[in-house]
Amino acid sequence: MASSLALFAAALLFAAPIVFMAIGSLKPDVSVLAEAGTLRAFLPSQISLENYADVFRRVSFGRFMINSLLINSSIVAAGLVINSCAGYALARLRWRGRAVVLALVLSLMIIPFEAIAVPLFYQITLLGWRDTYTAQILPFMANAFSIYLFYTFFIGLPKELEEAARIDGAGVFGIYKEIIVPNSRPVFATVAILTFLTHWGSYLWPLMVTSGESVRPLPLAVAAFFTLPPLQWGDILAFGVMMVAPILVLFVLFQGWFVRGVAASGLKG
Amino acid sequence: MTSNSKRPINNRRQQSLGATPGAWLLAGPALAGLLLFVALPFLVAVGLAFTNLRLGSPLPVEFVGLEQFRRILGDPRFGRALLNNGLFALVVVPVQTSAALILALLLNRSLRTMVVLRTLFFMPVVFPMALVAVVWVLLYAPGPEGMINAFLRGLSLGAWQARDFLNDPVLALPAIMVLSIWQGVGFQMIILLAGLQAIPRELYEAAALDGAGRWCGFWNVTLPQLRNALIFVVLITTILAFRLFDQVQIMTRGGPGGATTTVMFEAVHAVYERQQVARGAAMTVVLFLIVLAVTLFQRRLVRQERAVS
Repeated sequence: MASSLALFAAALLFAAPIVFMAIGSLKPDVSVLAEAGTLRAFLPSQISLENYADVFRRVSFGRFMINSLLINSSIVAAGLVINSCAGYALARLRWRGRAVVLALVLSLMIIPFEAIAVPLFYQITLLGWRDTYTAQILPFMANAFSIYLFYTFFIGLPKELEEAARIDGAGVFGIYKEIIVPNSRPVFATVAILTFLTHWGSYLWPLMVTSGESVRPLPLAVAAFFTLPPLQWGDILAFGVMMVAPILVLFVLFQGWFVRGVAASGLKG
Repeated sequence: MTSNSKRPINNRRQQSLGATPGAWLLAGPALAGLLLFVALPFLVAVGLAFTNLRLGSPLPVEFVGLEQFRRILGDPRFGRALLNNGLFALVVVPVQTSAALILALLLNRSLRTMVVLRTLFFMPVVFPMALVAVVWVLLYAPGPEGMINAFLRGLSLGAWQARDFLNDPVLALPAIMVLSIWQGVGFQMIILLAGLQAIPRELYEAAALDGAGRWCGFWNVTLPQLRNALIFVVLITTILAFRLFDQVQIMTRGGPGGATTTVMFEAVHAVYERQQVARGAAMTVVLFLIVLAVTLFQRRLVRQERAVS
């Protein structure tokens, strides 16, 4: 069937850079570029982990990985808490100011990060937060789109769930903890994954607010490593493999959730 | 009688107003974050764009009206940046969206192959763009050893001359477009695939009963049902086209000679290299206005369709 052939060809084209990266990381540096133009780019001639060892010798890879993990999990975890609480308050409670806050959230959703990057940089500098984890975490915990996702989900929850608890005298926080959260796993997974995808590859902002190695995340490290003389492609590819392996594993394990999360963002948008 | 009928109403109002302090406590942290780190810098950006602030300059800051905007719009380099962003959008949006749609259509079938291939096509999305940029610098290696050069030579049966893509004023931007499409297609594909799977079978069956062929079914059932998903995909790809930064910073630094510079690249470098904070802010305000216009247009299109259906 023609469509199967097309699919197969597309799959090959897509996989090529990834396979090239993986195989190249196992080859000696000189062979990586020399063999790139041939089919030998996809076949390992001599398999060795020398490049991986070299990466650790030349830069503190572990440090960058820890930085990325720390920054990202903080943003995701804190974001899940505060954004879901706000979404719940907007969706299920009647309070003075609700309409204004909702309008604010909806309008802030349009602002791309780049529009606020410059003054935010200025703010961070004034607060003395340059070169810190704080500067990379705090500004991103509250997120209008996440609040919106929680809001639309919670609105869809049946009212009976809360009414039973309210009759029993449960307060607002109790209802949130005991009723809303356990019944909302899909939206929590969606928001967690979308937030993670958004910030894991973050390059512009860390570039602006950090200079030293101590708090820099992986994307900056790979770009810096790439310009660090001597230009050894085997090492660079090994760096790339190590950098992407953890998320790839996460992705393959939880791909059902990834797909659902991405699809949800499209259907809600 | 009157007092009895008043009591339930009082209770309800008490209930909802009673929720007010709790609601503010729940929404407070997120609201504070949004106000402090989104609303405030945004207002500052707009304000800054009307001044001449330059960090480290001995001159006092003053309000200069639309002067910054006049300057950047008259600057050929910024004009080139806007053009590049526009070209990027004009090419990447249709190509990436069509590719995503075709892949989604091809994958909308047997479960097992779909899951495996879906994983493969989505994988580049999980790669940080910085890493994609670095790997593709290697792929674009000038000379016959470069994989892309070799591939094109193979496709053209030897007619292709090896090129130095990233240093070529004509080929550099298209080169960046290709890798951006490679990285982004998977995301759009998943959204369109979800849209495709939501189309009820009955619509296709009804069309078949009316004698519609495959192509007719696609045009009259699939596309209209996918309208909102397609519009959304087009919207985010367009917005991303204007936010272009990472690849340019790492692969070409805006070169050669401004051939790949973008609005964000110019803004960041204005702030970093020349401390021209107000100028950088003005550039990002222009970016915001473009994003706003595109978003409002999309909302209008989606609302139109809702009104009709």
